[in-house]
Amino acid sequence: MNLLRYIAGRLVVYILVVIFALTVLFFVPRLGPTDPVEAMLAKVASQGAYMDAAQVDALRQSLADTFGLDGSLWDQYGAFIKRIVLTADFGPSLSMYPTPVMELIRNALPWTFGLLLTSTLIAWVLGNFVGLLSGWKPNSTSSRVMEGIAICLYPIPYYILALLLSILFSYIWKIFPLTTTIRGAPWSWELITSVVWNSFLPAMSIVIVVFGWWVISVKAQTTALKEEEFVRYARLKGLGDARILSRYVLPNAILPQITFLALQIGLMFNGSLITEILFDYPGLGLLIYTAVLQGDFNLLMGTISLSVIAVATATMIIDLIYPLLDPRIRHR
Amino acid sequence: MITVDNVTVGYGTAGFIKAVDQVSLTINDNEILGIAGESGSGKSTLMRAVYGDFSTGLRIQSGTVTGRFEDARTGKVIEAQSSQFAPLWWDQLSYIPQGSMSVLNPLMKIEAQVVDGLPAREKQGSSRALRQRIADFLAGFGLEETVLDAYPHQLSGGMRQRVLVAIAAFVNPRLILADEPTTALDVVVQKKILLMMVEIQRRQRNSLVLVSHDLGVHYQITDRLVIMYQGRIVEQGPTAEVFANPQHDYTKNLIASLPRLHGKRAVEVVGASA
Amino acid sequence: MAKFFADAPFRLYLGVVLVIVFIIFGAILPWFAPGDPLVWYTAPRNQNPSAAHWLGTTSLGQDVFWLLTYALRNSLILGLIVAGFSTVIGVFLGLAAGYAGGWLDRVLSFFMDALLCIPTLPILILMAALFGGQLALPIVGLALVLFNWPYPARQVRAVALTMREREFVNVAWFSGESSVRILVRHIFPYIAGWSAANFINTVLVGISTESALAVIGLSSAQQATLGTMIYWAINYQALLGGKYIWIGSPVVAIVLLFIGLFLVSSGVSMRSSARRMSI
Repeated sequence: MNLLRYIAGRLVVYILVVIFALTVLFFVPRLGPTDPVEAMLAKVASQGAYMDAAQVDALRQSLADTFGLDGSLWDQYGAFIKRIVLTADFGPSLSMYPTPVMELIRNALPWTFGLLLTSTLIAWVLGNFVGLLSGWKPNSTSSRVMEGIAICLYPIPYYILALLLSILFSYIWKIFPLTTTIRGAPWSWELITSVVWNSFLPAMSIVIVVFGWWVISVKAQTTALKEEEFVRYARLKGLGDARILSRYVLPNAILPQITFLALQIGLMFNGSLITEILFDYPGLGLLIYTAVLQGDFNLLMGTISLSVIAVATATMIIDLIYPLLDPRIRHR
Repeated sequence: MITVDNVTVGYGTAGFIKAVDQVSLTINDNEILGIAGESGSGKSTLMRAVYGDFSTGLRIQSGTVTGRFEDARTGKVIEAQSSQFAPLWWDQLSYIPQGSMSVLNPLMKIEAQVVDGLPAREKQGSSRALRQRIADFLAGFGLEETVLDAYPHQLSGGMRQRVLVAIAAFVNPRLILADEPTTALDVVVQKKILLMMVEIQRRQRNSLVLVSHDLGVHYQITDRLVIMYQGRIVEQGPTAEVFANPQHDYTKNLIASLPRLHGKRAVEVVGASA
Repeated sequence: MAKFFADAPFRLYLGVVLVIVFIIFGAILPWFAPGDPLVWYTAPRNQNPSAAHWLGTTSLGQDVFWLLTYALRNSLILGLIVAGFSTVIGVFLGLAAGYAGGWLDRVLSFFMDALLCIPTLPILILMAALFGGQLALPIVGLALVLFNWPYPARQVRAVALTMREREFVNVAWFSGESSVRILVRHIFPYIAGWSAANFINTVLVGISTESALAVIGLSSAQQATLGTMIYWAINYQALLGGKYIWIGSPVVAIVLLFIGLFLVSSGVSMRSSARRMSI
């Protein structure tokens, strides 16, 4: 029963957070010194796209729709929230007219999720393994070296690492491609290898940093857990190191990281945006960047709203998973 | 079963700090031995030396702790120094810790924690049958089968301690060492658990070593009592005798400080250097 | 555990040395610059490192070394201001929420949670795109403060909540000390160590986020920061031209500065938690 109340409470907070975030997004354009519609039209015109008067009018109307400039501020706000929450409709893309913004986002999202999920997962597994071992034998040389490396990797922002990697492996040693070009028919072997090949450096820039973070935190947890009574008891039961680490230390080391992970998602997302842009990787980040460069306001509003909602959702999901993993909360 | 011969145990490698000083002691088959003494008297260190737990810098400086375990079923005899006991843990020897909140893995169900570490001879048969045997065993401690599916935080202090006793006893070992097993509990629960431990020992006819600072506990269940003071054994003998006729000043004070139901305290406080 | 803390001083000192080097670089050296390094063609173009130009020059005729000192100065100022305001606001609101409880706590907690799960960078990108393609540094700073105060606030609120229950705070309360005195004398020492670590961390986050925005050309082009330096280098084909020192120097500076800041912040938080344990 407590658990249900927790879930309900968390869902209410989630909805409020999303509405709050959308409210921020609604007011940001209205804080600006310029009229965003005219600024956007000027920007589109400056891109050299030829449009006749009717098209300009249609565009102006579409922009006014996106900004929701009709009616009083309160009406505009209501219409804006309703459109995003109920219909998830951001209108047509202006730079790739008339493709709907949602379609572009749908194409980009799997790339971003794939990149983030795979690299986080790889980093997670490696980081747990190394962190656990170096926390178990903290004074061994290899554990000190690993921790040193982790400490030097963790504070580096993703995009800086991405730059470093691309300087090293795309310019100096020309091993990996400079920009992403995906080739091959759907689900063909060629496509898969080309995806892996092209995603390697962007993924590595995320893997390395997240790896550093997990090593540091799992090591700290492990060193603390080693002194716990239940670990000592397990040892006095005659259990081997492997079993003690996997069944007693690891689960207890991972659990507290999960809430921290929820706080990190936003930062991870920020980082992956820039990494995508630097590598021309066809995800949400690149889409946002394209929208900025082309002055495609519909696309910009759509991608940004969706990023914000996606991060809030991911955070909520982690918050909801946490009590399922921790029996002390699940069975209170 | 265990022969402790003139052993000196302590901590540290560079500067050695003695905790147990030239102690000799025998633990016999089929008996309950009590080790009493205040905190810092070396009783827990002695227990760790007997169990063979030489982590965190504990080591034997001189003397020996020798164990001789006879497997009741196969008749095979194993003789070893306590530093070589680790392979015998949860087989020939088991251990009951003080049941604080954190002694059981908070993320593991009780059933798994009973099974984890069991010797092969106790694990035979299907996991269903094993679960049934554990449940029956727990029933003897007044614990329902649902306890097996519980997590440690769902148990009360008394239940947790009973589970710990049951985990150690289910191994069916030749020697059980118990470190302050009832200290954190109220008197009624304490008494119940002590009686269970006696019953288990009588049934399994093995040896039980009970370490406690509480003479009342020793009076209730031990056959033989060892009193430690400042790292040495100051007195040992059958429990009844030690209580009836204490020889050492420290023991006299200990016994004198016990509350009595009838009459005045037996002995006036004697000036032991405590 | 003991070993873990024993490492703290060395880490801390190494970090402090690194950070001090960068502060000298960014705070003192710019005064000695031979002129505004942002101005084009004040130096010969495309020079390799030499005695006259230690890190060479850009293809626009700027001295990379002096440009780097200016960039460091601006990035550090931005980071410090963002961290300063975020920490002060966060500690204040966190204490208010934890201490006052009730509806104030609820409202503040909601804003903390909400702001924490909104990613900063997309919002900054949106602002930049709408406000004419680039954001002035003060606006970037303002937005960063807005999104970074909840970190200290959450932590301080949690501390304040447990402190309310602590024995010695009650003693102080009942012996008639004023709330302000209790805050200053009994609670602040507790959160000081953590807040210091968080402050340094926020400097890092501030510099990092601004640089992220700058790398894609959305931060101020009027001022050099570590990020804009990278942006210029990319934009003027430093990579294709093989001018790795031009682009490499801000990248290496960020890496070393961040390692230094991280070492200091983790060293400080280790020491303060060690001290708290020994109390």
